[in-house]
Amino acid sequence: MSSLSHSLQWLSSDTPATRTQAKLGAIYRLLRRFLTHPIGVLGLIMVALIVLAALFATWLPLADPVAQSLDQRLLPPSALHWLGTDTLGRDILSRVIHGARPTLAIVALVLLISVPIGLLVGAAAGLWGGWVDAVLMRVADVFLAFPRLILAIAVAAALSAGLWTAVIAIAATGWPPYARVARAEIAALRRSEFIQAAKAIGVSPLRLLVRHALPLSLPSAFVRAALDAPGIVLIVAGLGFLGVGLPPPQPEWGAMVAEGRALVFEAWWVSTLPGVMILWLSLGFNFVGDAMRDVVDPGVK
Amino acid sequence: MATSAAPPGDDDGAELTPRRRGRSARLKRGLRWLGSTLLTSCITLVGLLVVTFALGRVLPSDPVLRVVGDRASQEQYDEVFRQLRLDRPLTEQFAAYASEMVRGDFGQSLVTRNPISADIARYFPATFELATVAILLGVLFGIPIGVMCAQYANRLPDHLGRMVSLIGYSVPVFWLGIVGLLVFYAKLEWVAGPGRLDTVYRYSVPEVTHLMLIDTALAGEWDAFRNAVSHLVLPASLLGLIALGYIARMTRSFLLWQLRQDYTTVLRVKGLSDAAIIWRHALYNAAGPVLAIVALTYAYLLEGAVLTETVFAWPGLGMYITDSLFASDVPAVLTATLLVGVIFMVVNIASEVIQAALDPRSRLA
Repeated sequence: MSSLSHSLQWLSSDTPATRTQAKLGAIYRLLRRFLTHPIGVLGLIMVALIVLAALFATWLPLADPVAQSLDQRLLPPSALHWLGTDTLGRDILSRVIHGARPTLAIVALVLLISVPIGLLVGAAAGLWGGWVDAVLMRVADVFLAFPRLILAIAVAAALSAGLWTAVIAIAATGWPPYARVARAEIAALRRSEFIQAAKAIGVSPLRLLVRHALPLSLPSAFVRAALDAPGIVLIVAGLGFLGVGLPPPQPEWGAMVAEGRALVFEAWWVSTLPGVMILWLSLGFNFVGDAMRDVVDPGVK
Repeated sequence: MATSAAPPGDDDGAELTPRRRGRSARLKRGLRWLGSTLLTSCITLVGLLVVTFALGRVLPSDPVLRVVGDRASQEQYDEVFRQLRLDRPLTEQFAAYASEMVRGDFGQSLVTRNPISADIARYFPATFELATVAILLGVLFGIPIGVMCAQYANRLPDHLGRMVSLIGYSVPVFWLGIVGLLVFYAKLEWVAGPGRLDTVYRYSVPEVTHLMLIDTALAGEWDAFRNAVSHLVLPASLLGLIALGYIARMTRSFLLWQLRQDYTTVLRVKGLSDAAIIWRHALYNAAGPVLAIVALTYAYLLEGAVLTETVFAWPGLGMYITDSLFASDVPAVLTATLLVGVIFMVVNIASEVIQAALDPRSRLA
């Protein structure tokens, strides 16, 4: 107990002794500010519940998400099947929980691809300016001009539908906004003294880019990523709904909404309940992002 | 800027009187801005063409077989192979593709066997009508909500407005459509179901503009008009909710930025009420960015329309894209994608022009 309070004191120290302590302290202070934000905490809980359920889906006492039992078709929600069953008699609760996995995987992969690419491109454009800036930003404009969902549909039409197709298509249109923001932030600091000083002591261009320029736009990139995540959730669900997402019988939320659509007037639960999960997750991400924006940059509240 | 040493004909125009100099410099700057915007758009257009062309090439299936079918003779196959210019080098293929697209010759749909341009001309008005009514609803409700949030920043009305906005852009629109149909069509019977018009009216109304509200009104068929409204109101309100979310949120933050400026402090010192400051001064100053956001939201609604149209059996561009997708009609999908990309681009330019016209400061950047 005392070691905990001691380490908290170490984190919130005004006079950090090392660079690591200063960095960790800054993160700790941001975290504390975030935890006082009720909407942010609510969002974090909403997202965390889904992530935990997805991670431990195989160990939870759930029915097999792909096991069909045709004598138990379209049962309404009951004690046995909490969310009812679908047209093939599969347990909807189990399918909804397993269905969180592909969605979360695609969100994570898209962000892991688009955030670093966007930051690198934006930092390079902002730091070096000139023709590098012009070329990189024109490329960004081209990808920004594409409507995300429709490009994803076109890519799915051209390649075959699947997890990686979705990731590539969504990431291709995902990086330009990060690049634009990073460019603006870094271009404003291009002529500042610490960049000049780093250049003067002979820091290589690549190191200047990665170690000195890029970290400046990390906070805003994190906020943007949290606000980007719900959009990705909705695109993944939209692709699944249109039937160009994951191939069946894998459970996926958008596809589940589509499956129940034809019989929504007789068996409302098949289509509506997976949709609630989509709303839940994307609302959770939006809450987190909205709160993070307040915490990281209180000025633009 | 205006040093007498500047040579005649220079940007500064030192020979001119101050007033004329200002006007010609402004004209020059405007033209330069227009030129760079047009150049940027051309580059973006070429980029769009490269991407759709490339997507058409990376297909796993044989483009010739898609046209002639599996049972064609070798001669037929060779002929189509040449027709599709597959025997030419890639650069030549792209040049021909780009010039066809720019001239509006999109080729033939593999399914309907119509020219794709004719198909799109037939489907697009439905999407246009839906998205336009939706954006009008979004502006009508979104801007007052945004103003209210700014006026009561960080108090209860603001929190409520924030919730509405966040839900607006978190909700999967196709799901909301299904729930909406379930509640307002099946249970409450307040609105008409999927489609644009009941079958009874479908052949009694002459199609002039292909916009149902206008066509039925022109024909004076008021029963049909009411029916068209009843079909339109649900999908348009759902899309309008999404638009409302963005517009309200952005209006709020632009207004708050205006309210931190010195001039609003001056107005307050002079004794103006908060409402007067916001409605009469701050909103006018924020009009440029707000309208820019409205334009961008409008483009975004075209995309949302793809999913909404599927749910409401709305025969628009989105339905055309998904139908073509399932029929493996790749040229149709890619052309529609290109078209939406071009609309995005045009709307982007329009929003920049609006902003520059309303706010001289944004022209400096």
